[in-house]
Amino acid sequence: MTPLGLYSPGHSPLHRAPAGAKLLVLLALVTAVVVVGSPAWLGGACGLVAAGYVIARIPGGRVLPVARSLLLLAVLVGALQVWLLGWQSALVTVLRLAASLAAAGLFTLTTRIDAVIATVERALGPLRRVGVRADRLGLLVGLTVQAVTTLSAIAGSVREAARARGAERSPTAFAVPFVVRTLRHADELGEALAARGIGDEDHDPARPDTEPDTEPDTGARRGGNGRRVP
Amino acid sequence: MITFEGVGHRYEERVVLREVDLALPERRIGFVGANGSGKSTLARMVNGLVLPTEGRVLVDGLDPAEKGPAVRRRVGFVFTNPDSQIVMPTAGEDVAFSLRRSGFSRSERARRAAAVLAAHGLEGYADHPAHQLSGGQKQLLALCGMLALDPDVLVCDEPTTLLDLRNTRRFAEIVAGLRQQVLLVTHDLDLLADFDRVVVLDEGRVVADDEPEPALRHYRKLCET
Repeated sequence: MTPLGLYSPGHSPLHRAPAGAKLLVLLALVTAVVVVGSPAWLGGACGLVAAGYVIARIPGGRVLPVARSLLLLAVLVGALQVWLLGWQSALVTVLRLAASLAAAGLFTLTTRIDAVIATVERALGPLRRVGVRADRLGLLVGLTVQAVTTLSAIAGSVREAARARGAERSPTAFAVPFVVRTLRHADELGEALAARGIGDEDHDPARPDTEPDTEPDTGARRGGNGRRVP
Repeated sequence: MITFEGVGHRYEERVVLREVDLALPERRIGFVGANGSGKSTLARMVNGLVLPTEGRVLVDGLDPAEKGPAVRRRVGFVFTNPDSQIVMPTAGEDVAFSLRRSGFSRSERARRAAAVLAAHGLEGYADHPAHQLSGGQKQLLALCGMLALDPDVLVCDEPTTLLDLRNTRRFAEIVAGLRQQVLLVTHDLDLLADFDRVVVLDEGRVVADDEPEPALRHYRKLCET
């Protein structure tokens, strides 16, 4: 349904690893992949990510869409690069893309959005003093990930409607309704968030502005959200 | 209690509501009217999503224009399209999201969310991906997201328009059992049979305000002309 796929429930070591640690590893891997230029090393990185999918026991049905969109992208980008810059640089670019996107896909497949948001909020917590609203940024991350699902669903139904009218080759028959529906979705989402009290916290002295930092939570859960990150 | 005092609303030149005076103490109140009759605008004024350009609205004596946050804590709102109301990937996380300001621990929020889901026909769906639920289940999830906050009033703007008959009935049954005061905007006239009161809107005005049977008769006649 979605190109990158969302959370796939499981109990593998990758599922249980703290979100913060996974995020750091992902960051390190993507940085390394951008810096390293050797196809052999990049191939190794791809192998490592593929091993991650095996360890996480992601079901084939969830891997397939990720692999398919990766392959499509690799072919498109690869062809363009071969034409413009030659096959060697094309190979490097494609391997880079494959390793980073597959790793990002693995992260979303093994990590609950809830945990990602909590990690972002905690990591940015110290910036509260300089006026950064960590909880707001956490929500932003969550909504961004959700937007992937929503936009691909809108794109799917717009494409269907265009096909029904025999206009699948017309760019405007796709772009216009896609933009209109996306904007309308944004409107509705904004209203729904307002109805759930998002944005009310700022002006409301009756309630604490931010969540208490001393949550009476279990130690395991706390560690599970990245406290043990080095 | 909710009151409308001389409420009017216009978008630029276009008048969508005019001279609405209503006192709404009943537990179950329906709003019907043609497309563009101002029902949705009226509904949104109850929790301050839209503010009147004339007159004022009061919810338990509070004006949403001045005390928006306090009013929204009393008034829950269910929209037509569940897809734009669900903001988290799983059903449990979405309901727990409503409780993020509650002061409860994460595990307590998850437990409460699961309890709200179980109490409203979504038992065992806490870990289910929200976008894979059926349309009817999604709308129940949107309802649960609001009920988790335990408001006193629930405003529903055409909540069953995208649902099939079975899910519409299920939604209506669950709403009928709620302790909350319910303001229901709908085109499903069957849902209003047991209501205490039905308000009919036409071109931004209240044209009938009565018990369901006479009010709906008036509305049907209005649609024939």
